[in-house]
Amino acid sequence: MDISIALILGQDGITNGAIYALLALALVLVFAVTRVIFIQQGEFVAYGALTLAMMQGGSVPATVWLLLAMGVLVTLFDGAAALRSGQARKALGVAGWNLAYPLALAGLFAVVPVASLPLFAHVVLTLAIVVPMGPMMYRLMYQPIASAPVLILLIVSVALHIAMVGLGLLFFGAEGQRTPAFSEASFDLGPLLITGQTLWVLVVSALLIVALYQFFERTLYGKALRATAINRVGAQLMGISPALAGKLTFLLAAFIGALSGVLIAPITTIYYDTGFLIALKGFVAAIIGGLASYPLAALGALAVGLLEAFASFWASAYKEVIVFTLIIPVLLWRSLSTHHVEEEE
Amino acid sequence: MSADRLLLGGFLAVLLVLPAVLSPYYITLLNYIGLYAMVALGLVLLTGVGGLTSFGQAAFVGLGAYTTAALTTAAELPGWLAWVGASPWLTLVAGLLITATVALVLGSLTLKLSGHFLPLGTIAWGISLYFLFGTMESLGGHTGITGIPPIELFGWTLDEGGEIYYLIWAFLLVAMLTTHNLLDSREGRAIRALKGGRVMAEAMGVDTSRARMIIFIIAALHACAAGWLYAHMQRFVNPTPFGVHIGIEYLFMAVLGGAGYVWGAIVGAGVITVLKQWLQDWLPQLLGASGNFEMIVFGILMVLVLHRAREGLWPILKKLVPVPAVRKKIDDAAAPLPRRTLPAAGEPILVAKNVTRKFGGLVANNDMSLEVRAGEILALIGPNGAGKSTMFNQISGVDTPTSGEVLFLGKPVAGHDSREIARMGMSRSFQHVKLLPTMSVLENVAIGAHLRSGKGVLSSAWRLDRAEEARILKEAAWQIERVGLKDFMYEEAGSLALGQQRILEIARALCADPCLLLLDEPAAGLRLKEKQALGELLRKLRSEGMATLIVEHDMDFVMGLVDRVVVMEFGQKIAEGLPDEIQKNPAVLEAYLGGVE
Repeated sequence: MDISIALILGQDGITNGAIYALLALALVLVFAVTRVIFIQQGEFVAYGALTLAMMQGGSVPATVWLLLAMGVLVTLFDGAAALRSGQARKALGVAGWNLAYPLALAGLFAVVPVASLPLFAHVVLTLAIVVPMGPMMYRLMYQPIASAPVLILLIVSVALHIAMVGLGLLFFGAEGQRTPAFSEASFDLGPLLITGQTLWVLVVSALLIVALYQFFERTLYGKALRATAINRVGAQLMGISPALAGKLTFLLAAFIGALSGVLIAPITTIYYDTGFLIALKGFVAAIIGGLASYPLAALGALAVGLLEAFASFWASAYKEVIVFTLIIPVLLWRSLSTHHVEEEE
Repeated sequence: MSADRLLLGGFLAVLLVLPAVLSPYYITLLNYIGLYAMVALGLVLLTGVGGLTSFGQAAFVGLGAYTTAALTTAAELPGWLAWVGASPWLTLVAGLLITATVALVLGSLTLKLSGHFLPLGTIAWGISLYFLFGTMESLGGHTGITGIPPIELFGWTLDEGGEIYYLIWAFLLVAMLTTHNLLDSREGRAIRALKGGRVMAEAMGVDTSRARMIIFIIAALHACAAGWLYAHMQRFVNPTPFGVHIGIEYLFMAVLGGAGYVWGAIVGAGVITVLKQWLQDWLPQLLGASGNFEMIVFGILMVLVLHRAREGLWPILKKLVPVPAVRKKIDDAAAPLPRRTLPAAGEPILVAKNVTRKFGGLVANNDMSLEVRAGEILALIGPNGAGKSTMFNQISGVDTPTSGEVLFLGKPVAGHDSREIARMGMSRSFQHVKLLPTMSVLENVAIGAHLRSGKGVLSSAWRLDRAEEARILKEAAWQIERVGLKDFMYEEAGSLALGQQRILEIARALCADPCLLLLDEPAAGLRLKEKQALGELLRKLRSEGMATLIVEHDMDFVMGLVDRVVVMEFGQKIAEGLPDEIQKNPAVLEAYLGGVE
């Protein structure tokens, strides 16, 4: 290996690492606030990438029907409950967000020919379809059992992951998809060629991390989420609704997932089941951070990205084995630094 | 013959004749159900009973299958290994050894961490093992290994579905029997305490880390044996059935069937296997595309089960066929468990010297000294926030003093975990009751005798522990009778009133045959009669030479019962003496009632 190959691999590693970092941050956030281990994060990545690819291919993305179906269910549950307690206005609001909004999106696709829209509009529409699934998923799947043990929530996550992969196959087919790059520009930096898409990934990831930091430090909702993460009961007593905190967290996580999918779709071919492996690498990073520390998780993500890039050069057949075996020394280290007997929830 | 035996006999008879009446397709289906149920059974023990989860069981199945496949088909093995390839039975042993080693290594990496690291770890290594099977040339890569010989048993070659059927179901039934036996034993009670009772179990001397490791290894061995059977049934292996998604399916089987029940494994494996066959035929036609669409149904089904019937299908099925629960018999003829010799009355048992405990700037205990002697009851009292619980923690070894020392029978307590302290002869109750609510009062109390008995997993699984078990149960029953809970012996512990639960904790502590009893607010929540009975019991224990330290708020209870009183306020001892003196002590009166200006 010479220096130029090392630089190319390094660039690959950092680009992927940036995506893993975003995913790891979302995983840590979701776990801290809701105790849910967000296995299905990867499916949000795949849904984001493949929804965009479908629109690029000129067809109406099938995910809009899933959004509509989930919206109908939420409207049935929440709307009925609101009507029963005589809150007609609330029922109207529920129906507005969960029924009228997906219907409006579907209507838009019926009126506007998808193929005629620019890439930017496709990206916005992709996020508009995939992101609301996050809070709806929380409402339907987790809110009824929000106080269940971590283990039960984890099994629910795994079940949803399985269901979403199956639905992904139904929506997008077994073919892999790759979308055109956001920009065709490229820059020579000494021996290194940096593509425009790499820059997009790095800049958007950096911006998103800064924005998240600002959100958690400066805004009331951000502080509410942090409070919930530190002490769920205490936060509830201070008037922070756990349901709202859960939905908000899932909104952020779904946004990060879908955006990551949109960003990497031009770099790697995405299949309906690719998301799982991508998210699991985010998990390895999150576990490096003990599912608690954001900076450690981000650093871990970069390490995972670099390890993956160099492993693919030296021993490409064993790339996945090497990356997932990395978790063992990490667990060993964490295991050696824990001594007390814990009561499981 | 009891109803449950009749049902079991009927089930076995049906199993026996099925191959004669069913078509090969259904026999194959039953073979798969048997294999899957075996893996799911391991998960019942691990997840349902022990509260640990693994999504990586499929990889253990793969270890068993690939070990036997590689060894029985290898053209030439290195000399030292050649003898293993001679028979599938030897490769089964090799597979079990390899699996146990792998499970031991993985377990020691993840089992110390809180519960969710294990499932995440199992996903990760499940994936790496799957890729490893697929990429290693020596294991045939993605095409796998063919030409695996059939199993031979007493000269009978099991090369047809209807033949290996008997072997598979015999393996499964033995696994179910041994699991059932294990759960109903000394080790089984320790395993059942893992979910929600670890702190209590440790205080009773159970090594909970070891118990977690044991069930992890047992679950892995079940999976490995299923893999061995699978390889010799299919006669070829490739990586597909050992991927992490199949591992997830195994967990679904356990959860759907009822993760807490041995029979849940068969129910779950049966429902999922049949449903999968049916959906795989039907869904692609309905949706007009080919693919594993049954995953969608399984995923949603699992969420619904966890929302609506978290215990799974087995408890629901069981309600349809009411079989009265069998009560454990207490064998009055069983020999009593060995007892320790109590120190002579008046001998100091516990000595705390100048104990100081600081939390940052807060001094919770300041220069506290006290002494408990054999055959006396000492009360530690004081207003709320006086530091009694901190002192209790220093004495019971839960916490370590900043300075000063606590000597129990002349040996320092600090630095020993609660298991060793229990072994030394100190037994305690908890301020917030810690018991296993779904287990009977009898079994809860029997946990206390853990250290007075020693039969392990293997003897429990094969019922070689019955003599000792009878002695444990007799001891537990005697302690229950002694504290006055005889009428509730077979009730679920969680159904008792709070006061009775506190009494249960005392019976459990007594079952450990201690020489020092630490009781944290034992009279809280008791009615007058119950308090009088408790006082009677403590007096009786005192007369037998037991040393007792109680932390208590109830003055009437304390003053009429104890020999000496130590009063704390603001972390310090403000008075010590006979109950009568303490009641007149001006410092104590001021602490409790406020000063008279």
